[in-house]
Amino acid sequence: MEWFPNFLVFALLGGLGIAVIAAPLGVFMVWQRQSYFGATLAHSALLGVSLGLFWEIDLTLSVLIFSMLIAFGIHQLAQKTQLSSDTLLGILAHSSLALGLATLSLQNTVQIDIMGYLFGDILSVTPSDLILIFSVGFITLIFYLYHWRDLLNITLNPELAQVEGIRVKPIQLQYVLLLALMIALSMKIVGVLLVTSLLIIPAAAARRLARTPEAMLLFSILLGISSVILGLLTSMSLDIPTGPAIVLVATLIFLLLLIKKAPG
Amino acid sequence: MSLLIKATQISHSFDENQVLQNISLEIHAGEIVTLIGPNGAGKSTLLKILLKLIRPTSGDVWQKSNLRIGFMPQKIQIDPTLPMTVKHFLNLGRTKSSTQPKSWKNHFNFSAHDTTEIQSVVEELNIAHLLEQPIQNVSGGEMQRILLARALIRNPELLVLDEPVQGVDLQGQTELYHFINELRRERNLGILMVSHDLHIVMKNTDQVLCLNQHLCCSGTPQSVSKSPEFLAIFGQGAEELALYEHHHDSSQCGHTHGSASQATQDKEGH
Repeated sequence: MEWFPNFLVFALLGGLGIAVIAAPLGVFMVWQRQSYFGATLAHSALLGVSLGLFWEIDLTLSVLIFSMLIAFGIHQLAQKTQLSSDTLLGILAHSSLALGLATLSLQNTVQIDIMGYLFGDILSVTPSDLILIFSVGFITLIFYLYHWRDLLNITLNPELAQVEGIRVKPIQLQYVLLLALMIALSMKIVGVLLVTSLLIIPAAAARRLARTPEAMLLFSILLGISSVILGLLTSMSLDIPTGPAIVLVATLIFLLLLIKKAPG
Repeated sequence: MSLLIKATQISHSFDENQVLQNISLEIHAGEIVTLIGPNGAGKSTLLKILLKLIRPTSGDVWQKSNLRIGFMPQKIQIDPTLPMTVKHFLNLGRTKSSTQPKSWKNHFNFSAHDTTEIQSVVEELNIAHLLEQPIQNVSGGEMQRILLARALIRNPELLVLDEPVQGVDLQGQTELYHFINELRRERNLGILMVSHDLHIVMKNTDQVLCLNQHLCCSGTPQSVSKSPEFLAIFGQGAEELALYEHHHDSSQCGHTHGSASQATQDKEGH
């Protein structure tokens, strides 16, 4: 199959994997109005790249670890400070992005492609990336099988959920850590600046089709998958970067569904 | 009467602000306790401490082991992006043991379950016609009844109601109080209620706790009603509702409410 090279297969599998993982995380992000939280996590992930280069460790690994540290930090901070979390996240998102860009440019010894991290480079997905993506996918599946109901109850009212015997804080922390994992892994697919869109756009579009939370999850998966496939095809035929192409397709689907009235 | 919750010398402060001071109370099965007080009196904080949602700065909360609590929050905000019917919302409130055996279907499929327990509560509270409605579309009064239904589905030993009549009209309040009193009689529930705005207290309340950071007066409505203030209220013969005009004045709050309220009444020309 010379006309369909390996790197395209890897790109497609990686993109589909991320789209599937993004759906359950994305719907809760939309329901809980947490999209700014996701953006902050994504922006700070770039700092993980520059730290990885600085210490000369594997970049994927350093981004993974750093994102999870940041996620844990924000999660703890949000419960302790009086500052509106919106403001707090806004400060964190852009200061960490600025710091990431600054430290990257200071490291003159390494020639790296900043654009690749900002907007993604899906064609550079390797088999080891795929293994990571599918492992995280498996963890996500297990987490949601056990905690789907709990997460819905936490979304409805955290205090009520806690009185009803749900261990709210550990579950929220696990959700946030999974989010960090997903964001770290999707850097290669769509880049730090566009990761949030992969989480929220399919979910927001799926709202137009769904009457139950479960249906919204299902439609979100389907729309995410379609965006990745159509985005890849668009990227190849129009010769535009794949990250923006995927996000543009997702947005187009969202806009088309806007015309349709939301059910119930 | 079995003891459900016992709080001993609870004090709580947020940073430097003391909101609760040395509060002790007990709630028994089959007993209705009403917590009243002005805005900022610390009612919500005390409620959260009793529910073990927050840990008090000092003092202890004891709960009967495995106490089943039905909690009705003051309000609940559900984002319109969450597609959910009233029925689905009620289903989510069922205890995990009632959705056994645990299989993956339980996480996604609710309609397959036997819903008779929900059905009876729903009919009692007259919300059956709302079941297929999106949860965001119901009115304030309907939402209160839905939240009460959700609390009851868990077959609680203690029912905790945070301002249950807020946004409910007078007739709705009477009905709700009547329903709560029936619940206490039929199921021997312990009931803890919080009230702030109208200072409307149920006639059937066993214990009224008046909170303003500290407990400034407490007792049965009958014993408190010996004060002229309460005589004026309970003498009116209202069936379910009793109006308790609260005139709290920290300088007068040395448990001299009889004369203090007399003075207030005189001032107002009663």
